[in-house]
Amino acid sequence: MIRLPYAVALAAAITIAPHARGVAQNPPQPEAVVLGLRYDPGTKPGVLVLRVAGVNGDSIRAILQRDFDYGDRINVIAADEGGFPDAPTAGRNGNYSLYAKLGAVALVQATPTATGMHVAVHDVAQAKVARVRDFALDGAPNSREWRMSLHAVSDEVEAWITGVRGIAATRVAYVQGVRGGKLYVVDSDGAFPTAAGDDAGAMSPSWHPKGTHLAYALVGSRGCCQIYVYDFAAGSARQISAVGGGLNSTPVFAPDGAVIVYTHGEEAGTDLFATTAFERGPARRITVGRGTDNTSPTFSPDGRRLAFTSGRLGHPEIYISDADGTNPQLLTADKLGDQNYRANPDWSPDGRLIAYQAQQTDGRFQLNTLSLRDRSVKQHTSEGSNEDASWAPDSRHIIFSSTRTGSKQLFVIDTESGRWRQLTRNGGVRLPAWSPPLKR
Amino acid sequence: MHRVPRVLALSFVALAALGACKRKPAAQAPAPVEATPVSTAPPPAPAETCDAACRARETEARDAEARRAAIAAARSTLTATIYFEYDQSEITDESRAKLDAKVPILSQNAAVRIRIAGHTDSRGADEYNLALGQRRAAAAKRYLTDRGIDGGRIEVVSFGEERGTCSDEADSCWSRNRRDEFEITGGDITAVQTTSR
Repeated sequence: MIRLPYAVALAAAITIAPHARGVAQNPPQPEAVVLGLRYDPGTKPGVLVLRVAGVNGDSIRAILQRDFDYGDRINVIAADEGGFPDAPTAGRNGNYSLYAKLGAVALVQATPTATGMHVAVHDVAQAKVARVRDFALDGAPNSREWRMSLHAVSDEVEAWITGVRGIAATRVAYVQGVRGGKLYVVDSDGAFPTAAGDDAGAMSPSWHPKGTHLAYALVGSRGCCQIYVYDFAAGSARQISAVGGGLNSTPVFAPDGAVIVYTHGEEAGTDLFATTAFERGPARRITVGRGTDNTSPTFSPDGRRLAFTSGRLGHPEIYISDADGTNPQLLTADKLGDQNYRANPDWSPDGRLIAYQAQQTDGRFQLNTLSLRDRSVKQHTSEGSNEDASWAPDSRHIIFSSTRTGSKQLFVIDTESGRWRQLTRNGGVRLPAWSPPLKR
Repeated sequence: MHRVPRVLALSFVALAALGACKRKPAAQAPAPVEATPVSTAPPPAPAETCDAACRARETEARDAEARRAAIAAARSTLTATIYFEYDQSEITDESRAKLDAKVPILSQNAAVRIRIAGHTDSRGADEYNLALGQRRAAAAKRYLTDRGIDGGRIEVVSFGEERGTCSDEADSCWSRNRRDEFEITGGDITAVQTTSR
């Protein structure tokens, strides 16, 4: 956190409160924005990334800028390339006022070193360097590992400036291919789509809370499915569902990483069961559906509750219950103009919201979020059909599949501003899952 | 073996004998061998040279053919697909008739085992559709077990929307995908009703 003298901080905090809700029409006055003390929705601090020296400097600068932009918490100041002023140094206060005029409250100065990068963040209003740190960069320049190291730098710097850690050092797992689809993992900025194993017919990938494994269901030649756990380090998968006997699908890791909750059904309905993720163990029943369908579980971040899709009312709705299945309650309610089909809940990492898809009367799905505090519902999409919501670690961005451009692709949406971007380019992509932070 | 009234059988034999008497013994021609014609030699005129033994073989061949056809028809009936209404797993009236036709085949062939695979159209959530497919397959199984078929012979699986036979976003395709498929997974159909000679 960038620290300011207490009196200044207090004054600034009092000043900024009335501006907090509105969309800023002019760049905020540098003195009124309190760096890092509190993140205010609706205000985005202006940040300028200085040009980076060295043969990979342009790549580094582009990645940092894009990471800040994709986080939607920073207003990246695009600097003029010609006659670009130098990085300010101690004593050259004139440069700081120039940056202030451009609307920057912070400057990010990255200098390549033998092992990685030296990063300094300048507080423009204070006209000085506020924070420095040396970061290691892994692997060869522009490799997958190198980019992930750089994303971790962006995320840390974003935390210094806005108080909220960025989500660049994450990946999205998904299924590529409609029939006999395979698992892939792509960086949060769309780089390096990489196969996770070779199984055809994979569905419903779910991340281990430490990002080390993926659980998924595999549709076989004789039907759905068995549950597998893919180990990234080993590059191989292990079956964890019992051979024979019924349908197994939609696995999710519990927040402790030791248990997997999944759907199981033999004939009369499907229910949620729990089993140990890494050792052979018995399956423990969670829901008692009595012949109804209960599927697609998602954990609360404290691991004490589950939300899931249930057809017990005669059509799919979202329910929550305790993690052992007791106290089931209906979460979603009928609304005039919809199709009474709500499914695929995902619980936000901060525990406040549940994202899900709701079918409209024209048959298309739209993404909603429901606040657990007051049960209010907000709709976030309207173009195409939108499904399979999965929260980013910041509880603000969501990855989902959409047909808004024709074929089914993955998109990221910022639930606060509504801004969205396309993540994948090959058609026939579905069932995404956003990873936890993969590097700090 | 065909059962023919005795009087008729005797008449046939008598006629055959008469026929044999009328003809001059032909030059030593190769005796007509069996029902399958040999392409190199001119086929003998069947009515004139086919004796009782030959006629018996012909009848047997016709019976075998009728049996093969009946078995094929039974297999086709047993593996006929049934269809469902949107978002439903209830057995429709049309499906009821198709399932009713499967019951006697399963009853008479106790060694036969089947797998019922439930499918959905592409609308709806992919994961929920896995469960809906299962429910459709289970509904057909229950219909059969309610009518006396042992449930241990019937396996239930689901493909959800993962094995659509077509992919257009139109009702003409969706209605074809909401289905249960039936597959024989063990045993042979041996007992059939032959419907024609």
